[in-house]
Amino acid sequence: MENKPLYSVSATFNDINKVYEAIQKINEVGYKNYDVHTPYPVHGLPHAMKLKSSKLGWVTLIFGFSGAIFAFLFMYWVNVIDYPLVVGGKPFYQLPAYIPVIFEVTVLSASVFTVVWMLFILFKFPNNSHPLIDTDYIKRVSVDRFGISIQANDEIFELNKVKEFLKSLGAEEIFEIYYKVDELKDRPRIFDKKFLAFLALTSIVVSAITYFILNQLLFMSPFNWMHEQFRINPQTSTTVFKDGFGMRNPVEGTVARGYLPYPFKGKPAEAEMNLVNPLIPTQQVLKLGREKYLTFCSPCHGNFGFGDSRLKGQFPNPPTLHSDRLIKMKDGGIFHIITEGQNVMPGYASQMTVDERWAVVHYIRVLQRAVNPKESDLR
Amino acid sequence: MRTIDYTIEPPVIEGNPSLSSINDDIARPLETKPPKSWYIAISISLTMLLTGAVCLAITFIEGVGVWGVNQPVGWGFDIVNFVFWVGIGHAGTLISAILFLLRQRWRTAISRFAEAMTIFAVICAGLFPAIHTGRPWLDGYLLPYPNQHSLWVNFTSPLLWDVFAVSTYFTVSLVFWYIGLIPDLASLRDRTTNKIKKLIYSILSLGWRHSSRHWNHYEMAYLILAGFATPLVLSVHTIVSFDFAVSIMPGWHTTIFPPYFVAGAVFSGFAMVQNVLILIRKVFKFEHIITLDTLEKMNKVMLVTGMMVGYAYIMEFFISWYSGNQFERFVFLNRALGPYAWSYWIMVSCNVLFIQLFWFRKIRRSIPVMFIIGVLVNVGMWFERFVIVVTSLSRDYLPSSWGMYIPTIFDIGILIGSFGLFFTLIFLFIRTLPVVSIAEVKAVLPKSQSSYGGSH
Repeated sequence: MENKPLYSVSATFNDINKVYEAIQKINEVGYKNYDVHTPYPVHGLPHAMKLKSSKLGWVTLIFGFSGAIFAFLFMYWVNVIDYPLVVGGKPFYQLPAYIPVIFEVTVLSASVFTVVWMLFILFKFPNNSHPLIDTDYIKRVSVDRFGISIQANDEIFELNKVKEFLKSLGAEEIFEIYYKVDELKDRPRIFDKKFLAFLALTSIVVSAITYFILNQLLFMSPFNWMHEQFRINPQTSTTVFKDGFGMRNPVEGTVARGYLPYPFKGKPAEAEMNLVNPLIPTQQVLKLGREKYLTFCSPCHGNFGFGDSRLKGQFPNPPTLHSDRLIKMKDGGIFHIITEGQNVMPGYASQMTVDERWAVVHYIRVLQRAVNPKESDLR
Repeated sequence: MRTIDYTIEPPVIEGNPSLSSINDDIARPLETKPPKSWYIAISISLTMLLTGAVCLAITFIEGVGVWGVNQPVGWGFDIVNFVFWVGIGHAGTLISAILFLLRQRWRTAISRFAEAMTIFAVICAGLFPAIHTGRPWLDGYLLPYPNQHSLWVNFTSPLLWDVFAVSTYFTVSLVFWYIGLIPDLASLRDRTTNKIKKLIYSILSLGWRHSSRHWNHYEMAYLILAGFATPLVLSVHTIVSFDFAVSIMPGWHTTIFPPYFVAGAVFSGFAMVQNVLILIRKVFKFEHIITLDTLEKMNKVMLVTGMMVGYAYIMEFFISWYSGNQFERFVFLNRALGPYAWSYWIMVSCNVLFIQLFWFRKIRRSIPVMFIIGVLVNVGMWFERFVIVVTSLSRDYLPSSWGMYIPTIFDIGILIGSFGLFFTLIFLFIRTLPVVSIAEVKAVLPKSQSSYGGSH
């Protein structure tokens, strides 16, 4: 017993009025480090103990305002700057529509941080190793007794004096509360082997489960992104149609939209003679042409049409687009090559619409002009 | 003539029990073996839960096509149940926060239970929008997080406000509930002799030691949380009503919706709290803590909010006539006389007519009668949401695109499942945590406060 350090001398009382009188006396004698323990909040007790009223409201204020400002700025950034989305032709910045979310975020951050601040910063919880925990004193106090603890670290603390003092105040029982020695020695217990093993096990299990969910489970039915649906897939049979085929042929004598038959199949010379570029080389058209050129043409012909892509040497060399033949060739001829293909180059009619092909022709002209500028361009 | 002093409140707790007997009474359900009736009750509720789980599993595999929803009624039981359950939750926050701010001391006996009910009801409610998306494992996209698709949510949509409102409501309710539980968990920690229980209570009570220096901050935090929960609870059902009111559907596009929804929510929530409390006080012999006076006061609140709801029904009809808009007029006539008239009249009779019986003191204090009225109110309030959602959608502007909504067995199964979930959680709660706040009840006992302390 003797080598254990003393935490406090604590006394229980059976009447709340006696506690008030005791507090008056304690204040008169001048103890500072004391605490009163009651099974329920007693009104006026903090006042009698000369405690200042709680400053917790300031925490709420600060975190509430931060939440509001954060919510507003975040929504503004998302809806106006990063991801502007037209909904019903309404403006991107519309304060009234932001208010519900601002309000919710304010309430959330204010109330959660108030509680977190109180429990973990003001009270320094969790604190189950506090010397008072698990004593007979606290077991009385949590039921129907009122307790006063005078702590040993008070300036004018003397064990026997305090005991007598508390007895004179009408205490029912008096306890000497000691620190738990093993608790003092073992700190910090965060590096306990068992605890570390527990942490390691938890992280392994959690990562295994996460891996399984993200990489396996989400690709199983029914989680696999609506792969399995009540529909007829390509190349499958069906009972809906008489012939049993799931896929349909177009009705005879009809032409699908955007699929007009190409009249110059296998006739490059006639195509060059007869076809005229229907598009005007506006900025928009050139932009489209550039995009399609970079997607479909550049893998072989190179980004600037020199035929210098990374395919060089692996295939028969893709020709440069800056040859005399091509510079002199009419638009219709280039269009024909894109549509039908030439030598090892396949046709791109199925990948690009007619307009896109014409736009690419314009863009090729731009490239040619950039390589062989006219004199007026240089001036 | 005899004068009555109205300033003296009747005692909140009857029989003037001692402080220690409060601990014993409230902890008894946690320390004794559950009675047979509890096993019967939880097996019924688990069966209901399983029914719902099976229906839900089939929904996930087959898709939401197994429900009755289709064009033009795309919102069916899922949204009806969502609004219904969120509403149930509102009574808990009202009792714990608003009545706390109004210094209604009779709330102490029922606040813990009502708060727990809020949390369970919001869990049930949150389930429905989640499964309503059809692929609930992708619901993460409802939250604004920086994802690899660089997509953001649309912050100006009421459906997104709902996500924020319901999740904030759940979090704040949970925090509020937990804060209230800490002193009680500490009391349980100090009284239990079971090692495992002691470990659990020690972890959950965080080392609370009933210190006055802590109570000082604790009471402030409780006040602040109550202050925030009050506008929060009003905002949640307001935002739920925006899901309807911000649209241009006739019958939905009305400004009365927010207050009307909030009143309805409190109305149905109080009915649910009253129903379950009647059972609990009987089973656990809490008649002296959850007194008949408390139940009577709850019935009065139901009477008031029921009248507000009734006023809203009348006002909706008046405004639809006064607006001169033929679509509005048609929708309301269609509600009362159309193919769904049966549901409208169930709603009106349960919510407006039967509740008038509470004008009589005898009925307000008769347990069986108030229980039946409470059940009817919840039936009526469920049908209110059904009427709002289904009648407006089934017949809107174009008669050529009218259609009927017929719920399937899966819709009904999931509704039963949500009740199963709710009651399962309640039955587990009453065996594991104190259903009445020990510390708060002690604080309102006569002579528990000092004569030196003065008034608060």
